[in-house]
Amino acid sequence: MRLTLLSGSRRRTVASIVLAGVLTAGSLAGCGGADETTPGGGTTPGPAASATAAATLTIRDPWVKAGPAGEMTAAFGTLVNGTGADITVTAVESPASPMELHEMAMKDGKMVMQPKEGGFVIKAGGSHELSPGGDHLMLMKPAAEIKAGDEVTFTLELSDGTSVPFTAIAKPFAGAEESYAPGHGSPSGMPMGSTAP
Amino acid sequence: MTAKPLSVSRRGLLAGGAAAGVGMVAAAPAAAAATDIGAATVAFHGPRQAGVAEDPPAHASFVALTLARGVDRAALGRMMRLLTDDAARLTRGAPALGDTDATLAVLPARLTVTFGFGPGLYRAAGLTPPVADLPRFTIDRLQDRWSGGDLLLQICADDPLTVAHTQRMMIKDARPFAAVRWVQQGFRRSPGVQAPEHTQRNVMGQLDGTANPRGAEIDPAVWNPDGSSTLVVRRVRAEMETWDRLSVTDKENAVGRRMESGAPLSGTAEHDKPDFAVLDEFGLPKMPDFSHVTRARVEDPRLKILRRPYNYDGVPDAAGVPDCGLIFAAYQRDIIEQFVPIQRRLAEKDLLNEWITPIGSAVFAIPPGCAEGGWIGQQVLG
Repeated sequence: MRLTLLSGSRRRTVASIVLAGVLTAGSLAGCGGADETTPGGGTTPGPAASATAAATLTIRDPWVKAGPAGEMTAAFGTLVNGTGADITVTAVESPASPMELHEMAMKDGKMVMQPKEGGFVIKAGGSHELSPGGDHLMLMKPAAEIKAGDEVTFTLELSDGTSVPFTAIAKPFAGAEESYAPGHGSPSGMPMGSTAP
Repeated sequence: MTAKPLSVSRRGLLAGGAAAGVGMVAAAPAAAAATDIGAATVAFHGPRQAGVAEDPPAHASFVALTLARGVDRAALGRMMRLLTDDAARLTRGAPALGDTDATLAVLPARLTVTFGFGPGLYRAAGLTPPVADLPRFTIDRLQDRWSGGDLLLQICADDPLTVAHTQRMMIKDARPFAAVRWVQQGFRRSPGVQAPEHTQRNVMGQLDGTANPRGAEIDPAVWNPDGSSTLVVRRVRAEMETWDRLSVTDKENAVGRRMESGAPLSGTAEHDKPDFAVLDEFGLPKMPDFSHVTRARVEDPRLKILRRPYNYDGVPDAAGVPDCGLIFAAYQRDIIEQFVPIQRRLAEKDLLNEWITPIGSAVFAIPPGCAEGGWIGQQVLG
């Protein structure tokens, strides 16, 4: 168990529980192994301790929301920084679609999606979750339908000029309906799960 | 260990601790004790699928799906990649990708997900089905709502909430490819109630499964060399109103075993080998020719079937007549060679037929298991 995997807010949560003395060993040991997609492209299972062994940025549990051609969709996962220095993801590319890095932000009292200025910063030894309703990798206009079960390749571009390729499986997903900032794509929100076989 | 379930569980702990104050500390030991059963896992990956040879967990959901029109071999591959990934994660207590209720995934409780391919799946893939519907038996009163199916998910765990979450997650991910055809939910004794080596009683009070192959007997009866098997799922309604009217002796004659001990009528203990030649004081076989055990007996261990039945108990009608019986799940290498001859003998002459009625029937090939990174059905569809 490496607390360094966790983002700042989670670290505070953990710390407060440890201080309160209610965090039992069992509640931690019950967690299963994680899939981590390495820059080599393969998915390898591994215990938490190995997640930080990678020399650079990795993405754990990547997936992409299935959807029709031409309609925005998004990819998710957990970015894990295995290095001792902060890493900035400045861009993402995919043969499937033009891409943007997106965040959720308050706009006129409403949570909306918008491009993330300056990219995603993953603290040294930390992680950064990309999830429906949170930061995500936006597929602006997929050239073809992304069918459930498809495997879609992506490449994260880092500020040091290196890149991190990974493959994400497409899932039908209808959760966390979100709306976009005006002028930034469909106002009806994220597409619902694909219904095509 | 994934960060996501951790963060969720810690958030949950924190919220609980804040609400309960010091009470949370007192509650901690009880929560830890529950994890012995809740945290138990059955390995998903391997040359054979899990959920067959292991002791059946307490709860099961058999989910049969009908493929959507246009689902071809490529689509089946995508579906099985997705469902295999879900099963691999959920069985080790990790949420599925995109799991909207990740907190429900952390207690696997011996969760297994076993995939069965019905004849229609092979036809959709342009392949010759290795299994076919059972022949009609005179005792059958089959209903479409409990019969057939292109894909089966057999979801088993020692906790019904774990089964429910797994069922929900996998049906959602199967939705682009298939519709729900039928779902049969069943139960056995709860974990810890009875030592696992005990034969369990069914809703009719019978010890059910005494003659099952055990230990080294399982392999030659259940598994083909490539790690495949077959499954028959029959829904067998128990006619409890008439069964109730029987004396214990009448019930024992119908079954061929003592109701209390499970001993064959020719013996004294449950696992005594039934002696079909021994006669009673009237010169009649102690094991009646019409008894269930006599009709179902199989001498050749390679021809035995592995019964993995679950009880079902629905809602009684206004008059109190129960809706209960067995989800009779039987695994064997070959349905025609092993299952059909037994079922034929039972259909011809089994006194128990008076009190049981098959109302559903489905057959599935059980493809081999897969290694990490692979998917179930890869040998067939890949």
